[in-house]
Amino acid sequence: MAKITFSTDLCKGCGLCVAACPKGLIVLAKGKLNKKGHAPAEITDQAACIGCAFCATMCPDCVITVEK
Amino acid sequence: MKTVFQKPKALTDAPLHYCPGCTHGIIHRLVAEAIDALGIEGNTVGVAPVGCAVMAYDYFSCDMVEAAHGRAPAVATGLKRAMPENIIFTYQGDGDLASIGMAETVHAATRNENITVIFVNNAIYGMTGGQMAPTSLPGQVTQTSPYGRDVKHCGYPVKVCEMLAQLEGPEYLARVAVNNVKNVLSAKKAIQKAFENQIAGKGFSLVEVISACPTNWGMTPQKALEWIDEKMIPYYPLGVYKDRSKEAGV
Repeated sequence: MAKITFSTDLCKGCGLCVAACPKGLIVLAKGKLNKKGHAPAEITDQAACIGCAFCATMCPDCVITVEK
Repeated sequence: MKTVFQKPKALTDAPLHYCPGCTHGIIHRLVAEAIDALGIEGNTVGVAPVGCAVMAYDYFSCDMVEAAHGRAPAVATGLKRAMPENIIFTYQGDGDLASIGMAETVHAATRNENITVIFVNNAIYGMTGGQMAPTSLPGQVTQTSPYGRDVKHCGYPVKVCEMLAQLEGPEYLARVAVNNVKNVLSAKKAIQKAFENQIAGKGFSLVEVISACPTNWGMTPQKALEWIDEKMIPYYPLGVYKDRSKEAGV
């Protein structure tokens, strides 16, 4: 069981985490914008997250915190 | 639950101004992680460049100095010689280090100054809007080479690691990339080694990091990372170009 949290307002919606997730669990939010005006990344199925931290490793803005 | 990944303490809370998908952010984090891992934040001084990373002094929690364009290795030399107990690093782009700052870089390397140089190579001038850099690839389209870099007219790209490896001075020269998880983890090790070398008093350590500039390359962030694999790494092969600790008899 792992948990990832996003500092949503720091996200620039670049999508590098989306491509890095081996389980394909991360998407850019549809119909939602953060303070910067980007569509932020979010996780679709928290329970399926394996806590590999690939998303956080590729995030240029330290948006993601991973707990396991 | 245990936190397995979080923002390193050596980075401030200031939001990075870089474009979406710019890998400067990853490289900042790797430098900060090395500072955290070695517990040297209190006595580290960074030297910021001119270029996209000009505001790096806002992002690192350690002391920072802003150098004139390209002069970071000269400023770092002064800092290190005046305060040899402190850890001094420079963070420079390709327009800064490989163009206007080439002389300072080469001479700091040949003197084997005991400093750590983080060299971010994204093959373009980012901050000024995407002009051709000394490191732009042959045929690469930029604002000032709209038909692609013509090597007959503009010459060939500068391969900094290969060039400096010819000198007897430098201790450690490595080229890494940050375009996928595996490469980011190798980059982290190389950057940490560059700091460890300085702590051990070994001398000039430079890590060249192949980085993406999605905005000025005109690509999506993910496509830019693929372009690094397809175009940049074949021209700038990754690896350790010099490591005197591994040479026989040293």
